[in-house]
Order: sequence, then C-alpha cells, then structure tokens
Amino acid sequence: MTTTIFWAFAAIAVGSALLCVTRRSPIASALWLVLTLFALAALFVILDAQFIAVLQVLVYAGAIMVLFLFVIMLLNLGRAGPSDRKGALAWAVAGALGAGLLVPLAGLARAAPPAAIQLPEGTMAALQQQQGLVGAVARPLFETYLVPFEITSLLLLAAIVGAVVLAKRKL
Amino acid sequence: MSDVAFLVITVVKIVVVFTAIMVGVALLTLAERRICAWMQDRLGPNRVGPQGLLQPAADGLKNILKEETLPAQADKLLFLLAPAISFVPALLTFAVIPFGAPLHTKWGDIPLVVADLPVGFLYILAISSLGVYGITLAGWSSNNKYSLLGGLRAAAQMISYEIAMGMSAVAVLLIAGNVTLSDVVARQATGTPLTWNVVPLALGFLIFLVAAFAETNRLPFDLPEAEGELIAGYHTEYSAMKFSMFYIAEYSNMVTASALMTTLFFGGWDIPFTTWDNTAPWTLLKTIASVAMFGAKVGFFLFLYIWVRWTLPRFRYDQLMALGWRVMLPLALVYLTVIATAIWYLHERLGWVYDARFALALGAVNVALAVPLFFVLDRGRLVSGSVAREGA
Repeated sequence: MTTTIFWAFAAIAVGSALLCVTRRSPIASALWLVLTLFALAALFVILDAQFIAVLQVLVYAGAIMVLFLFVIMLLNLGRAGPSDRKGALAWAVAGALGAGLLVPLAGLARAAPPAAIQLPEGTMAALQQQQGLVGAVARPLFETYLVPFEITSLLLLAAIVGAVVLAKRKL
Repeated sequence: MSDVAFLVITVVKIVVVFTAIMVGVALLTLAERRICAWMQDRLGPNRVGPQGLLQPAADGLKNILKEETLPAQADKLLFLLAPAISFVPALLTFAVIPFGAPLHTKWGDIPLVVADLPVGFLYILAISSLGVYGITLAGWSSNNKYSLLGGLRAAAQMISYEIAMGMSAVAVLLIAGNVTLSDVVARQATGTPLTWNVVPLALGFLIFLVAAFAETNRLPFDLPEAEGELIAGYHTEYSAMKFSMFYIAEYSNMVTASALMTTLFFGGWDIPFTTWDNTAPWTLLKTIASVAMFGAKVGFFLFLYIWVRWTLPRFRYDQLMALGWRVMLPLALVYLTVIATAIWYLHERLGWVYDARFALALGAVNVALAVPLFFVLDRGRLVSGSVAREGA
C-alpha cells in the first residue's frame, strides 16, 4: 500500500517537475512547481515527517510561490514568451548535464546511510509519542543545535538587508 | 477499530461536515442579506418560503440556469480551474477542527473531528494560504485589467496578514503546549471561561481577529473586489455557477475562520461554567449539547463578520498595507516575545500550572500592553473615529 502511494506521488513529483522546466508560460511553470511541492509533501508524510510536510506546503507552496505568482503578474510576464531552447546541440548538452546528475543518484540507491545517523527502529515514533511531533524537532533545534540555528538566521538577515540595499536607490 | 470501520466512520464524518458547511453557507448568504436589511431599516428578501428561507435555493437554481460566459483571450483552463482552486482549500481546513464531545456508539467513542492530525494548527495555516491561488489565477486568467489588479491585491494582502495571524496564534500554542487542536480545546476546558484563551491572550485575539478578516477578504479588507474601483475585482468576468463558487468559497472561509476563532480563543465546544461536558462517560446528550455550543459560538462570529461588514467602510490600499506591515506585524512579534517570557516566568520560575489564576495573570500582562499601545503609541489614530479627530 505505502509503496503504491510512494510511486504514485513520486511519479507526480517527477512529471510535474519536468513540466515545470519545459513550459513556456511562466505561470504554468510556477503552477507545476506548486504541484511538485505538494507531491514532495506527500512523500514526507509517507516518511512520518508530517511536520516537514506541512512546512513544505506552508512556506513554499503557500508563501514563496504566491510571491512568485505575484511578481510574474506584476511584471506582466504571464503569457508564453519565445522559447530559449536552441537547436539539437543545446538539447544534447542539457541532456548530458541532466544525465550527469543522475549518476551519483544511481550510486546512492545502493549505498546504505552511515551507521552513525541511523537510529534503532521505532526511536522516532517513541520520541513523537513522548514530546509531540513539533517537540521532537524543536528540542534539538533550540537546545543542542542552537548556535548553528542562530548563525543560519544571521545569514538570512544578511540576505534581507542585501536585498533592501539593492532595491533602494536612496537609503 | 479496524481499518474498514475507520474508513466508513471517516467518510460519514466528511459527508456530515461537508453538508453542514454547505447548508450553513446557504443560510449565511440569506442571513447576510436579512441582517444587512435589518441594519439599514429595510425588510430584505422575505418572499421565497417562510421568512425568505428558500431564497438560497432560488439563488442556486438561478445560478445553475444562467449563461456561462468565457471572455475573449482568456486562459481557458485556468479560468475554469480558478473557482475550484479557491473553493477546495476553504473546505479542507475544517478537517482538523474538533466540533463536539466524543460520540458514544456501540463501536467505541468516536472523536468529533474529521482528522485529528498531529500537526493540527500548522495544517490550517498551510491549507488556508492556498486559497489565494484561486483568486489570483482567476484575476490573471480573465484577461481583464481590473480582474488582474484584484488578483494582485489578494496575493499581496494574503502574504501581509498571514504572518501576523500565525504569530498571534503561536501564543495559543504556547499555552496549550502542543499544536493539535484537540489539545488546545482540552487545555481551555477547566470549568470556568476564565481559562478560555481570550482572557490570557486578549490582545492576541484582537490581532487574530483583524488578520482573519483580512485573510477572508471581508470588509473592511475586501480590496480584491472593491467594487468602487475595480468593478468586481477578481470575479468581474465570472458568471453563473462559477461566480457562485467564489461566493461559496468566501462564505466557507468565513465559517472556517469563525470555527478557528472559537477553537483557539473561546474554548471550542466547551460549555462554560461546568466540566460535565468534558468528562467521560460520553453520552449522546453531551455530544448534542457540545455541538450546539460550538454552533452557537461559531454563529456569533459569523454574525460579527456580517455586523462589521455593514458598519465599517473599506480601507484604502495604502492604509491596508501600512496596517499590515507597520502595525500588525511588529505588534504580533513584540506580543509573542512578551507572552512567551511571561509564560516561562509563571510556569518555570513560579511553577504555576495553567488555571484561572495563570490566565488572569497573563490577562493583566495584556492590559499592561494594551494601555501603551492604544493610548500612547496610537494617539487616537486607529481607536477613535473621524468625529473625535475633528474635535481635537
């Protein structure tokens, strides 16, 4: 049952990702990307990571993609523009690069994750039972890994400040 | 409970909730017009059926029989999909809201919530932020500049108020200590309405209320359709049942937002002044009484929606953005920080457990925050009306 669901959503994710990069209308691309994000969220649910699944929909599908659509419409880029796919050579190069990405993936399929990050069967379920779904994520994030977390937030802050500096002519 | 029984019970629950929302929406369209008429000293629609009760059926029939129009150069597929995209999330959200005490049957106690997800409230935030796709795509696919402006406004407004809405609700989750809505309800049900979250988190409720109005595109935040400037905004080009779908989506969103305010801040299905309804053994009477209580609370907020709509004028667009980013967002952030500190102090330092005393202490913090907010920082800009400003 779970395997069937996995393959169904995996097919949707890959299919809509392909459609996302091949559509000529930016709006269609954005919408196919939304569908990809949904399929990924479903895969996270199958992995018992409901929290990450919900965040995926909430942050990416719900906020960032809405912003994308907003910008596409604001700049009136919605209608299909000229294609920038140029000839057989370009297709060959793009295909070769894409296939190159698949090679390490094929290697990963056979490799097992290192023992250091593998928890015994049922650890996550027990943890969720004990601390709740969010607590199981929040405790390591805000206790064990607090410093890396704060440094990441500084990075995001720097990005925001940079965007403001670039966008504003006069500060 | 076996898998088959689970499946059957869930399908029954879905059908019941769906029917209840649809009937509620139909009655709500009538209620809106009757209450509006009452506030304007008119009669309103009262011809079809007793007191106009069959008016929604007549409207529905009319909308089905009307001609469907498709504007020239419109993006056909998205034009057809948009009403459905805005309609579905409005219904999905309701799935995690508990609406009554468990129903006792011979197959065991059935919790009255379609799916008590472990991610509860986050699911609501995630799904409710998707409704804007329908509105935005409707605006874009119509190939009409007024529609497009309406869709753009909807997207901008949704993003602006979503953060404040989420932040104000985080305070509720801090008190509940979990994100599942059944835990939120259980924590508030101690026999006295003093522990309803509206007491310890009064300001948070105010922020949530305003943001919920903005998220449902209701007056005074109905800028996406603003008929004075944009004809009818995003649904200008829609006719017949497709137009009706947007209407149904808007009202379903109102029902869900009201249910959410009830659940997060007003104790959900908890009956005040008694713990009779919160303790086993569950009986049919308890279930009916708690569902009725839930319905009454939701009904009150729906009335509030209508009441506000026919009382307040619409914001200007710049006012809307200024309120969202300069007032609501910083306010929600500061509020969350203060409340989190207060909860930490009361709980970790003083060792209090959540009860009426805890709620009142937090309520005092709210009052202490509200006084500088409304009388010092605001200096009469938001709180007082235009008459008071002219006098000053």
